[in-house]
Parts: sequence; structure tokens; C-alpha cells
Amino acid sequence: MARKLARKDAVVIGLGWTGSILSHQLCEAGLDLVAIERGPWCDTATDFPISYAQDELRFRLQHELFLRPAQISVTFRNNAGQQALPVRTWGAFMLGNGAGGAGIHWNGETWRFLPTDFILRTHLTQRYGTSFLPEGMTIQDWGVTYDELEPCYDQFEYLCGTSGQAGNLKGKIQEGGNPFEGPRSRPYPTPPLKQGYGHTLWAEAARQLGYKPFPQPAGNMSQPYTNPLGVTLGPCTYCGFCEWFGCANYSKSSPQTTILPVLTRMGNFEARTECEVTRINLDRSGKWATGVTYVDSSGNEFEQPADLVILCGFQLFNVQLLLLSGIGKPYDPSTGEGQIGRNFTHQTISTALGFFDKDKFNFNPFVAAGAIGMCIDEFNGDNFDHGPLGFVGGGYLGQVQTNGRPLESMKLPPGTPAWGLKWKQALRDNYLSTLNAGAAVHASFYSYRDNYMDLDPTYKDRFGRPLVRLTIDFHENELKMSAWLTDKFAEIVQHMGAREVVKHPRKAPYSITEYQTSHLNGGAIMGENPGNSALNKYLQSWDVPNLFVQGATAFPQNAGYNPTGTVGALAYWSAAAIRSQYLKNPGPLVHA
Amino acid sequence: MYQINRRRLLGSSAIALLLNSGTTRAAMVKGGLPWKPGSADPPAAVTPDGWRCFTPQEGRTVEAFVDRLIPPDPETPGGKEAGCAIYIDRQLAGPHGRFEGHYMSGPFQKGTKEQGPQSPVTPAEHYRTALTALDKVCRGKFGKAFAELSDEQKDETIKGLEDGSLKLEGTDGKEFFELIVKDTQKGFLADPVYGGNKDMAGWKMIGFPGTHYDYRDWIDRHNQRVTLPTVSIGMHPNWSQSR
Amino acid sequence: MPSNKPLHPVLLGLALVMPGWCVCAAGINKQDFKQIERGHYLAIVGDCAACHTLPGSGHDFAGGRSIETPFGQLIAPNITPDPQTGIGAWTDAEFVNALTQGRGRNGTRLYPAMPFTYYTKVTREDALAIRAYLNTVPAVYNPVNSNQLPFPLNIRTSMAAWNALFFKPGPFQPVAGKGEEWNRGAYLAEGLGHCGMCHTPKNLLGGDKTSERLQGYALQGWFAPNITNEERRGVGSWSIDDISEYLKTGHNPSSAATGLMSETVGLSTSHMKDEDLKAIAIYLKDQPTRHASAASDPDAAAMKMGAQIYADECSGCHTANGKGISRMFPSLDGSPAVQQHDPTSLLHVVLRGTRSVATDKAPTAPAMPSFGWLLKDDEVAAVVTYIRNSWGNSAPPVSGSEVAKTRKSLVERSD
Repeated sequence: MARKLARKDAVVIGLGWTGSILSHQLCEAGLDLVAIERGPWCDTATDFPISYAQDELRFRLQHELFLRPAQISVTFRNNAGQQALPVRTWGAFMLGNGAGGAGIHWNGETWRFLPTDFILRTHLTQRYGTSFLPEGMTIQDWGVTYDELEPCYDQFEYLCGTSGQAGNLKGKIQEGGNPFEGPRSRPYPTPPLKQGYGHTLWAEAARQLGYKPFPQPAGNMSQPYTNPLGVTLGPCTYCGFCEWFGCANYSKSSPQTTILPVLTRMGNFEARTECEVTRINLDRSGKWATGVTYVDSSGNEFEQPADLVILCGFQLFNVQLLLLSGIGKPYDPSTGEGQIGRNFTHQTISTALGFFDKDKFNFNPFVAAGAIGMCIDEFNGDNFDHGPLGFVGGGYLGQVQTNGRPLESMKLPPGTPAWGLKWKQALRDNYLSTLNAGAAVHASFYSYRDNYMDLDPTYKDRFGRPLVRLTIDFHENELKMSAWLTDKFAEIVQHMGAREVVKHPRKAPYSITEYQTSHLNGGAIMGENPGNSALNKYLQSWDVPNLFVQGATAFPQNAGYNPTGTVGALAYWSAAAIRSQYLKNPGPLVHA
Repeated sequence: MYQINRRRLLGSSAIALLLNSGTTRAAMVKGGLPWKPGSADPPAAVTPDGWRCFTPQEGRTVEAFVDRLIPPDPETPGGKEAGCAIYIDRQLAGPHGRFEGHYMSGPFQKGTKEQGPQSPVTPAEHYRTALTALDKVCRGKFGKAFAELSDEQKDETIKGLEDGSLKLEGTDGKEFFELIVKDTQKGFLADPVYGGNKDMAGWKMIGFPGTHYDYRDWIDRHNQRVTLPTVSIGMHPNWSQSR
Repeated sequence: MPSNKPLHPVLLGLALVMPGWCVCAAGINKQDFKQIERGHYLAIVGDCAACHTLPGSGHDFAGGRSIETPFGQLIAPNITPDPQTGIGAWTDAEFVNALTQGRGRNGTRLYPAMPFTYYTKVTREDALAIRAYLNTVPAVYNPVNSNQLPFPLNIRTSMAAWNALFFKPGPFQPVAGKGEEWNRGAYLAEGLGHCGMCHTPKNLLGGDKTSERLQGYALQGWFAPNITNEERRGVGSWSIDDISEYLKTGHNPSSAATGLMSETVGLSTSHMKDEDLKAIAIYLKDQPTRHASAASDPDAAAMKMGAQIYADECSGCHTANGKGISRMFPSLDGSPAVQQHDPTSLLHVVLRGTRSVATDKAPTAPAMPSFGWLLKDDEVAAVVTYIRNSWGNSAPPVSGSEVAKTRKSLVERSD
């Protein structure tokens, strides 16, 4: 029997990036707010200190900073013809847990989507015609434009201290930046990171081939930075233990290093950790949320009433919670009806390895930062003519090698045996001179009718609730795109002077065992009307107006960039709408 | 007339306390960042004294196996001397060996390759079954246990597991081969605190300087060898005797 | 009675309980809100809450907090206006007497954990303002048995002898020729601020070693540093602005407040007026040290070991040249905290880690992790000796046995 607690103005589910941003924004507006977080409190000096944070086995391979699948997992199948089976150990994606969420273990790659990404269907059909889009592709416009989001991108970047080189300032193209980016109102808050030898050489090769390389925008500080909240970050020391690890010296943008010190001091804020929200509660009409039910670490159930519910969990669990709470209509792929669970997407990454002469090239791969790297954007979005190519979508290419961790860097020339003296020699002779950027090609993953999420009929979590089921596979469009982009990347590596280039384009079927970023999206997408989306342009649920759903859950499809910048921008965009419009007059903000 | 009601005051403050801490029993964070002095959760250092999971025979077998997977050469130790078998033993004896943290609810069914591992057999159980079967098949083929074979015979056996031609009773030989290769490599290249990579031999071989955190002086030194001493979490020969 | 603004229930209650008690004692006019505001401010300067408010209780000034002294535990009493368990029934004269003479009701002697030896400097006017303010805080019924000292120290009359030796009663006397700011600073630092309570070394009986005023004192696992104007170990290398900023925000370009000073900054100095902080800074900059810095001759092997430890474990934040990152990672080069003759605070921070204070103006509160698990006693000694004698620093080396002793005493502490 759930024990009912005193009412709060707002309850925030999850204290990762969006949970921290929304909590801070709403507490600043005076709301009495509680954030409920499934995982533990996390703190730099006590959880990833400089004396043992750099442990590849513990954190990269044994996933110690991450959610344990035993606590909650998902099931997976490639298509409806298979039975979905549980993801018993993480592979294709890694899920955060605890205060700070993925903000603790991400690389810090902080991109903006292109203006055309937000009006994708309109743009592509205008340029290439409707029949150019493959059968079953369900991409759509977002309902919000780049121009509307630009101040919010700026706000997130200045919160984070993002280190970068602007490419387009108010319409004027800037030397050394990304000439394809949407116009930004002002430069990045800090200059770009320094680059290593491999990154620099690659950029030089790209330049010689006629491209315009630029430094990747980084949530790793190129210099000390104090953000508008008054929180200070230190300078990155290029330790090479970024993604999968916590940052020991406060130089990676995370809720810990940008918001939580201020948020926890606000008298109207409270965080409850080690508590899992099991349900969003609705009133009798089913059209208004009354709060949430959660379970603490002793198994006690509580009901937290609130006037406003902000769902800030990771994409997978946001969708699961909506389904379990009976919010919106579950998607049925056979009829195409229902919004919750559809347009589920990931990211299409690939690489080409470059093996170089060890006597001439020493890349010191271990001297690196999470978002170090030089990139080109000529082949992202619709920056190039797809007409003769027969696919849509694209991505950035980059020498974005972020580490030299020995086990992860074990990429050996083809033909090397898996064991024995020759293996050992190959390892010794190639470690310092191999170009190995895991996501060198970081491309879009468009949405399809048959890639979706729903509740699994068989497997349950520890509370007995159905796990969410992922049905997802690659389509011809993405595979074609990946092969073509990988070829382009390989050309540049070859031009650098590689002894041997080995291409690894993305291949079907989609495997749950191979890590391919944690950029999962969709399932409760935003859009212009309730007929084709679950959320309106402010991330407000069409079905339950006092519920806002944050995160990449809202992406109708994924673009060719890391999503966090856009997730942060949407969070600020949504928060502004709540503060300036919703709080004054609670109810639907968009009447479609 | 307003009077201070002592009992009411006590009552209301008690309820406030209950609601704020006792009742919800969450770890609550309010009023600032928490701090726990002296807090540290470093990995427990493995000491190479005996086996915790393997029987002596299993230990001998694994030592022999890892020493063929990573043979010694004049410059760098092999898998045995590097402590790979000790690493594997300690891992299997711990939570990893029990698949702790994995989703281990049934029903268990074999799926496609893309659906990942679906077996309820834990790594510790897997090793136990495979090592027993390995010795049995070696005795059958060569008249001796694996550890007693010549190097050529061991290599032949391993190749047989690798290509699937050699079957192991009760388990899949190829799957076991893939598992032990991965584990041996981890033993060779993980932080020495876990029992392998003895004296950071693996790292020294490839040129990885270890757990340094501050490379600000090196990021601009392109194409130059980093001359820092190799260090690990528990091993800093530049300032400390080994524990 | 005015009908639209009810009389304060506490005062009314007091009137009911003590019908003979006159609210209009000389000096306090309960309508004088300026006096109450001033009293509130002075209570912050005096940091009454640090002892008299139990953290997390939500009951300001209701006592119950354990005070650690070299002689045993005391529990801070309830100073809310509760008539039975607080000071509601006291007269103003009794309050002023307690504050400035160390005498409780009925003449009981207070232990000098209550800093009456410093508060004696407070003018009667200021004392009454504090009283006026305390009259207005919510009354809390909370009986406290303060005296937890072991026998025979728990016999209060023994304080008579102690007072005779170490207590010089009397309000602050301005010093001619020093200027208004200096005198204001002196009044605050030597009176309500009671800086010397922690920063002045004590003799065996717990009295101030007045010849070494403000030159540092070890207490509760820390060493409150020298805050005279000494170049190396005091605030000699800090400007007036550096000192003010430190007190106001808990941080300045080179240093961060942590440990016991965190609370003082958080509860007291960060809420003080800029001009008062500046006055205190001016006063401190004029305080001499009577002992020269000890010459230092660190062992070469220790320096070598320390340099390597520093490069591997410390430079990632404190930078290779020891200058740290302004207002983020303290500068070790030139740091007074690093060069104290008593290295207890330095050892505490290395062994157990610490979090620096968060204030509104400097909310980041970066924390240093604990290294006690990693570094053996001689290794701690080496790295600490190294930073004490590198760059521009010079301070006596630290031995492994000193580290062992500190480590042992810290293990028993929960803070």
C-alpha cells in the first residue's frame, strides 16, 4: 500500500542532464520541487577520484558506473518475426544511473543539428520528391525550428563551457569552423581544445582533399571556465579516460560540474536517490497527472503528489514509463496507429582503421580528450546532393580518437592471428601507430515503420513490470549511406600516408552486442499535431497536459550528430515555455 | 489567548522530521553537496598467493593455456609470468564469475547471434566444465592432461578449439576459446592491481604509460615518444616499492 | 492590542508565565526593529548558530549541539526565548553578564567553550541588540544538560581559578592612531569574531598563549593557521582584497576555505558586510608574528619521492608548477596553509580529502579526494615535504611518524 506524501509543485523523474536543467529552471521560478532518481548520488571526489578513475577494466569493460541490467533491462529482436530476448549484459548502448546520468560518462561531444534536420520531411521531399524516400521510412518534421532553438543551444553551450570554433556567426562563415552549421548568435564560450598528432595530420589530409576540417565542439574545457550559474570547471588534462569514465578534475561538462552545486543549495529543491519511479499516476479522466509512485531501496512504496510531472529519464525508460502508466496510445506497427513507441532510432556509426609505419608515425593515442578530434561536415544531413547516390541522410566524418586504452585499442592488421607470438608482436608494433576512431563516421539513423518499442510479453523487471521491447534493424538506406561515407573517410586516412586502411562500414543485422553509441531516440516524438506525435513543440504531452517528456525520446528521427546538444537545447526550450506560459495558465500550450 | 503548546510544537516538528527523512527513507540530498570524509573505493589489490576459484589442476591448465595464447619472448613475459591465470582466477572467484549485475531472469532461450549471450551458465561454471572437458579430450588424444603436453601439442589443441574441430563435452569449444582469449588479453593489459599485467609488462610492451592524468605538457609534442615512467593504480615504481 | 498585527506569541507567553517581568528593560525596545536587525547581524558575526544550532534540526539556537573541547564534551545550551529550557526567563542584565563575564544565571560559571573571554569586548549596546534579536526567534522547548565534562572538570567553581589566570574582562578599548577601520576590525576580530578562539595557540590549561596571538592552533583534527601578517605562514602574501574575498566567498585566487573554516565562512563571514570584512583584513594585516619561520632542510630522497608522487597524483588539479587554477584548485606555491609549522591540516586533507565551502558567490565547492588509502606514511610525508619546500615554499619537513600519528587520530573522527 503506497504511503502518500505531502504535495509538491513539481516532481522530476530522473536527475541526469535534463532532470538537472529542468529542476534548476523550475526551482528558480519558485516551485517547490523534488527530483526522484533511481540510482545513487554521484560525486567527483568520492566516486571517480584521480587515484583510481582511470581503470579500463572496471569502468570501460565491467561497466561499474552504469545501470546494472539486473536492476532493469530491455528485450531486443531485429523484427517481429523473432521472439525478443533480454539484454542480459550491455553491448550496443550503455545506460547511466545515478545523479548526473549520462552526463558523468559521456565524451562531451556537443553538437547542434542542422536547420534542415528540423524540417527533414519537408526539405527532402521538396528537393528530391516524395518517391525518393524509401518505402516504410517515417521521418517527419519536428514542429520546432533551428531558429527557435538557437538561443537554447547557446544557453546549453554556455552552461557547459563548450570549447569550440564557430563556423557561422549570424550568417557570416568563419574560417576554421564548420561552414555548414546553422547560424549561431555568438562564439563558443571557450576556445577549441588542442589536438594530437593523428588528429592534426588527418585534418591536413582532409584540407588537401578540398574539405574544410574544424575542431569537434567539446564538453571538455580547453581552459578554466565559470558558467552563468557561477559554477567553475577546470581545464582538461587530456587524460584519455573520458567516455565511460567520470572526470576526476572537474573539466568535463556534467550536471555535477555545471548545475548540481547550485541546485542542491536551493531551499526549494530536494533530491531523493535510490528511488525508482514505477508509475506516473493519472486522475480518473486519464488526462491529468496527479503525481508519481516510487519505490525506495527497502521496497517501500510511496505516492508523491505533484501538480506538474517532468519525465527526465533516459529515452528507453521514458517510453517504458509512458506505456506502463497508460499515457497515450501504444504504437501498433501493423495498423500504424498509436504514438507511444514509434519512430525508434539509434545512430549509424562506422570507421576505417589506418595502420601506419611505426617508425614514422607515433600518435600517442592515450593523450586525448573525450571530444578531441577534427571533423568535416561536407557529408552530413543534406549538405551534399543525394540525387545520384540513392540514399538520404549523412554524418560528420572525423579523426575523433578519444583514447589509447590498451584493451579498447586492440585493433590489429587483417590476417593477424588471434593469439600466439605473431599476435603479441602485432600488438606491440601497432599500438602507437594505428588510427582507430570508433565513431569516425557518425551518421544519421532515420525512422521506419518497423523499428519501434512496446512492452515485452514475457520478461519482467524486479518489480514484475514488463520490460520494454526493442524491435530494430538497419535498413538499406542506412547501410548504403554508411558504405559510402566510410569510403570517404577511408580516402582521407589513406591520404594521410597509411600503410594499410581497413574499412568497417556498418552491416546488417543490427546487433545488440556491438557498442554503437548510446544515442537512442524516439518512442514519444514531438510534432505539430497529436495525429503524428506524442508531444507538442514544447515537449508537452498531447494526452496529459501537466506532463512534459524530456530527452531524445522526442526526436522523430536521429540526425548525423551526437544528440546531447539538442537534448540540452530542447530542455531549455521546454523549461522556458513552462515558466513563461504554462505556470501562468496550466493547460495545453498548443491547440492543434 | 495564544499559548505555547509544548506538546503541539514537539508533535509537529517530529512529523516534519519523519516525513523528511525517516519515512521516505531515500538518500536525500538537500541544502548543498554531501561530503563523506576519507571516502575511497579503490580496487582491492590481488596478491598472487594460491587460487581462489581454480583447483590446483585447473590452475595448472589455465597457466599452460595462457602461456600459449601469449607466449614469452626475450623482451616480454608470456601469459603465465604476466599473471593472466591469476587474473582470471580472481575474476571468476568474484562477482564477475557469478555474472552479478547481469539480467539473469528466465526463461533462458538461445537466440540469434545479434541477441547476445543468453546462457544461464556463469563464467565460473563455464571454465569449470570446459577445463574438465579439455583435460579429458587431451588424455583421450595424447594420453596426457593439457598442461603436460608439449608446446606443439598445446597449440594444436588450441587451434582445434578455435576452428571448432575439437569438441568439448558439455560446452562449446569455440565459445570457450573466445572467452579464454578475451580473458587472457584482459589479464595481460588490465591494471596490475587485478593480478595480471605483472609489473605493467603488457603496457610497457606496447608503449602505454599507464594511469597518468596530466598530459598537458605532451598534447603539443606531436610524433614524440612520451618519456614518462609507466605507472598504474597501485604501482608507482618511480616513488614506491611494490606492496 | 492592535488587531491587525497579533503580538508575538512568544512574548505574550512570557508575559503570562512571568507577570512581573518587564519587557521594557533599559536598552531594549521591542518596537525598535533596527535594533533587532542589528542584533541579527551581530549574532551572525558572533556565529552563535555554529554552537547553539544543531545542524539539520530546523530549530535555530535551540542548543543540543555537542562541542568538542580538549577536556571533554560540552553541549551547547538552548538560547531561544523558551522560558523553561531556553533563556526566555533571563533578564537582559543576566544575558549581558553571560555574554561578557562568563556568568550564567544565579552566577554559575560558564566554560570558556562559550567564548566570553572574547565576547567580553562587546559593548553593552551590541549585547542588548543580540538579546533583542534572540527574543524574536521561535521559542523551542529543548532541555539541554550542557555539562558533559568528566570529573573533576565538571565542577564549575574550578573556573574561578581559570578566570583569574586567563580572563581579562572589559569592553574593547579603541587604540589611538590606528584609524577607524583598524579599530572596527579589531573590535570584530577580538570580540564577536573571536578569531583567536581557534587561531591562537593554547596552554595546557586551555588559556590563550597571548604572546603568540593568532599564530595558529591545532583542534579537532585540523590546524587553524597563523593569520598574522607573516609573509610565509600568515596572510602576509595576501592583499586586503584577498582576505575579504576569502571571508566573503570562501575562496580567493589562491586559496579555499575548508574543514572547520567552512562552517565559519558559511554561517558567519559570508554574510558579513564588505566594509566589516575589509576592516578585519586591515586589522589582521597589522598583526605581527613573534617567531621567525623555522629554517628547513628537507631530505633529498624525500623531495625526489615527493616530486614523483606530486606529478602522478596532484598535478592533474594543482598543476605542475603548483599554481593551481584560480578560485578552483588552490595554489600550493606560496600557500600559507601549506607552510604552517604544524602540518595537521595539510595531512588531514591529503589523508581524508576535503570539500571546500560553497557560498552564493562561489558555489562550486570542489572537493579533493582522499589519498590515505594509497599513500603510506612515508609517502605522505614525502609529498607533503615536497610541496612545503618547492617553488617558493619553505617549511619544516614532515616525518612518516608524524603522519602515522595524525592518521591514527583522524581514524577516530567521523568528520
